[in-house]
Amino acid sequence: MGASQTRSEHKYQDLADKTGFSLEQITNLHKRFQQLSGNEDTLSRQNLDNIPALANNPIRNQIIEAFFDKRNQHQDEVGSFNEIGFEQFLMVMSHFRPPTLKTTEEEKEALRKEKLRFLFNMHDTDNDGTITLVEYRKVVEELLSKSGAIEQETAKAIADAAMLEVASTNVPDMAPDDFYEGITFEHFEQILKGLEMESRMHIRFLDVDTTTMRCGKSTS
Amino acid sequence: MRNFKMPVEFVRDAVAGNNETLRNDSHHQTNSTAHKKAFPVLSFNYDHVRKPFEISLWILLALLMKLGFHIIPTVSNVVPESCLLIFVGLLVGGFIKAIGEEAPILDSKLFFLYLLPPIILDAGYFLPIRAFTENMGTILVFAVVGTLWNAFFIGGTMYGVCQIRGAELASVDLLSCLLFGSIISAVDPVAVLAVFEEIHINELLHILVFGESLLNDAVTVVLYHLFEEFSHAGTVTVVDALLGVVCFFVVSLGGILVGAIYGLLGAFTSRFTSHTRVIEPLFVFLYSYMAYLSAEVFHLSGIMSLIACGVMMRPYVEANISHKSYTTVKYFLKMWSSVSETLIFIFLGVSTVAGPHAWNWTFVISTVILCLVSRVLGVLGLTYIINKFRIVKLTPKDQFIVAYGGLRGAIAFSLGFLLTNSKMKYMFLTAIITVIFFTVYVQGMTIRPLVELLAVKRKKENKGSINEEIHTQFLDHLLTGIECICGHYGHHHWKDKLNRFNKTYVKKWLIAGERSTEPQLISFYNKMEMKQAMMLVESGNAAKLPTIVSSVSMQNIQPRGPARRRAIPSISKSREEEIRKILRGNLQKTRQRLRSYSRHDLFIDPFEDNVSEVRFRRQRVEMERRMSHYLTVPANRQETTPVRKVCFEPEHQVYTYDDSESPRGPTVQPNPIPPDAVSLLSESPQRPNQSGAQRAKVPDEQEEQDQLKLSRCLSDPGPNKEEEGDGSFRS
Repeated sequence: MGASQTRSEHKYQDLADKTGFSLEQITNLHKRFQQLSGNEDTLSRQNLDNIPALANNPIRNQIIEAFFDKRNQHQDEVGSFNEIGFEQFLMVMSHFRPPTLKTTEEEKEALRKEKLRFLFNMHDTDNDGTITLVEYRKVVEELLSKSGAIEQETAKAIADAAMLEVASTNVPDMAPDDFYEGITFEHFEQILKGLEMESRMHIRFLDVDTTTMRCGKSTS
Repeated sequence: MRNFKMPVEFVRDAVAGNNETLRNDSHHQTNSTAHKKAFPVLSFNYDHVRKPFEISLWILLALLMKLGFHIIPTVSNVVPESCLLIFVGLLVGGFIKAIGEEAPILDSKLFFLYLLPPIILDAGYFLPIRAFTENMGTILVFAVVGTLWNAFFIGGTMYGVCQIRGAELASVDLLSCLLFGSIISAVDPVAVLAVFEEIHINELLHILVFGESLLNDAVTVVLYHLFEEFSHAGTVTVVDALLGVVCFFVVSLGGILVGAIYGLLGAFTSRFTSHTRVIEPLFVFLYSYMAYLSAEVFHLSGIMSLIACGVMMRPYVEANISHKSYTTVKYFLKMWSSVSETLIFIFLGVSTVAGPHAWNWTFVISTVILCLVSRVLGVLGLTYIINKFRIVKLTPKDQFIVAYGGLRGAIAFSLGFLLTNSKMKYMFLTAIITVIFFTVYVQGMTIRPLVELLAVKRKKENKGSINEEIHTQFLDHLLTGIECICGHYGHHHWKDKLNRFNKTYVKKWLIAGERSTEPQLISFYNKMEMKQAMMLVESGNAAKLPTIVSSVSMQNIQPRGPARRRAIPSISKSREEEIRKILRGNLQKTRQRLRSYSRHDLFIDPFEDNVSEVRFRRQRVEMERRMSHYLTVPANRQETTPVRKVCFEPEHQVYTYDDSESPRGPTVQPNPIPPDAVSLLSESPQRPNQSGAQRAKVPDEQEEQDQLKLSRCLSDPGPNKEEEGDGSFRS
């Protein structure tokens, strides 16, 4: 008994170092993982699809895809998995850690880059390094998808305006002949500079067991 | 009196048979026995209008002072307005006292019922909701715990001070000290607003201090009434203390409830005002004021009620009322709050001169010191605890600003004024006034250089970026989704639930028409478009737009079709040259003509008949544009007849553009690039529906048109081509 426990802690220690979670958080997330995957070792898209609360989310497909996206594993691979293990699950979750009091400015910058990269990957579905107009339009359409019948034109208009804004901010002196290929990562960073992603894109990981699905605000 | 006499006289005269008086049937019949007085051409009756006259005079004086400060730039940069106004009040008070008149004092009734509500409503209505709710926990801790700490610390320590022999303060008992502490402990929203408005610090600090000043009203109200009751009763029991705690919850939650009810009523009413737009703003004001008064009836927190009403009402009312009404509401609120603030500070100055004072060195000095000390200690201590729960921690710099921004103001004074125990009232009032002066003058004046010295983050320019809006919403959904996957119901989950509840049930009831189903992103987009359009129309005469203008246009971002834009498949090179030469030749002339026009003229096309009609149409057109200020390329024709003008491009390529009636025509205006460089493409970019094949055709038409155009006079409106379905533009 004791041996297996130390072994699992050791395993988690590895993960803790890699992802930055605490051991307790990893244990809780593991329990959640087990619950989602039906006590199996791998999670499939179907498992995530079955979460009832996600049904109302307009961008659920993108979110689910993000879990299976190889780019979010930070191992320079591309493509997508069919199933993910706990480690991959944790890696994706680690994008949502908040900065602590001890995070230095450089670490904050790195954190922000990482989170923005995650968002970028969600938009850039064909992985060509830029978010093209078509892709951006899709993003806006998905965002508005649950809001009732929206005219196609409206979503297009909004996406076009947004694209134009990115282009004008980043490449203000474009000649009429030039073509703006798409939003590169640098431009993406630039346009979302004001949002302070490192403090906004996070969730509070409960340091208590979440598998009982307790309601109420987190206390951590 | 006079009128009463007349019938009697009349009868008497009739009886006496006095013909003269009978003949004279004017109402101003004078005494028949005396000589007939001349008809008063000019008379003086001041009493009749005394009250409104004086009120108006005061307000006028206050506003003229305000005007004066801003005309003298050097002074207003160094000294905050509040200080200057108090100073003016002192002068005026001194003047009035000198001439022996009785100076009007800052009556509590006047203050709480008339001067304070506009300021609070202005603050509450325009409260930045997102920042407020994100920091709600911190604000509540500062407001409740911080104020309690202040009250008890100051009260307790003052009692200790009063026990010192030789200070002649032995008569001040513990309860009175605590009462005093509760009055002086609260941070004042009016003073905070007045000072912080001018220093433009970042949103977080602003909302922390300001939110605290608003929410501590409940605490102040409860403590004040509690200690006042107790000091009459003389003793305090545990039950009383418990009741006090219960009272706090009742006061704050009750106040919010009252405000929310009135807010919903106001929102509901605004749903039906589409036919009587003129009175729309009044509903906003009246419902809010009623919320305040209703809360005051029950001794609930009027300020919290007012805030709740404004916050509740705003999203629905704004969706319902017309743009003009919205502007009216905004400007009236700003106007009233500005006037109120000015009056408050002036009256504060006047009251200082007028009121009877009881100066006690020990008391006053120790009050000032204790206020500062307790504030600093409170902020430091609380921040230490709060930072454990916050994601964005409060740095020491932030803490300093929060502590330093704890200004006291007129609320403390008015509460002090309400005290009934006259023996200590004047001593308390003197101390309160000293603290107010100290915080407003010393802290108010030095906070600006300190902010610059410490390089505190300033308010960032809010450019209303649509990308940020898209991603804010995207993030909201993303985080909610991740929370679902994680399995815990964090505050994103609840926010999402609230939004959905709002959308499905509440909006249907409170928002008129189809706007109830409009998603937030689209409302935001529409608002932005409208703003751009208005700005453009207004700045049509100005040199340039404040926004970024770049040469990027739709054509730059549209994916290229199979045929490139420039492809002119069936015209040979030589023909091209010919065409170009001809065009160039004719353009030289028009260019000279164009040059002589001012920007103003370009808008108001001399070829058009009715200038105002053009403007109106243009405004309408602006609002239907999709791409507003980013575009340099106007293009599509509208249903109205376009007028063609020609412009030169530096590379001697000729393009034409349509003025005024094209959706993008006026956008040419503010472009700092010389009009020469303006190019138009009637080609596709604005019509993504067109297939690439069509695009290839258009350049042909373009060239044909150019040629056709040459033969006509340039003032001739061209034929109405390619009408674009405008429905698609409308978003």
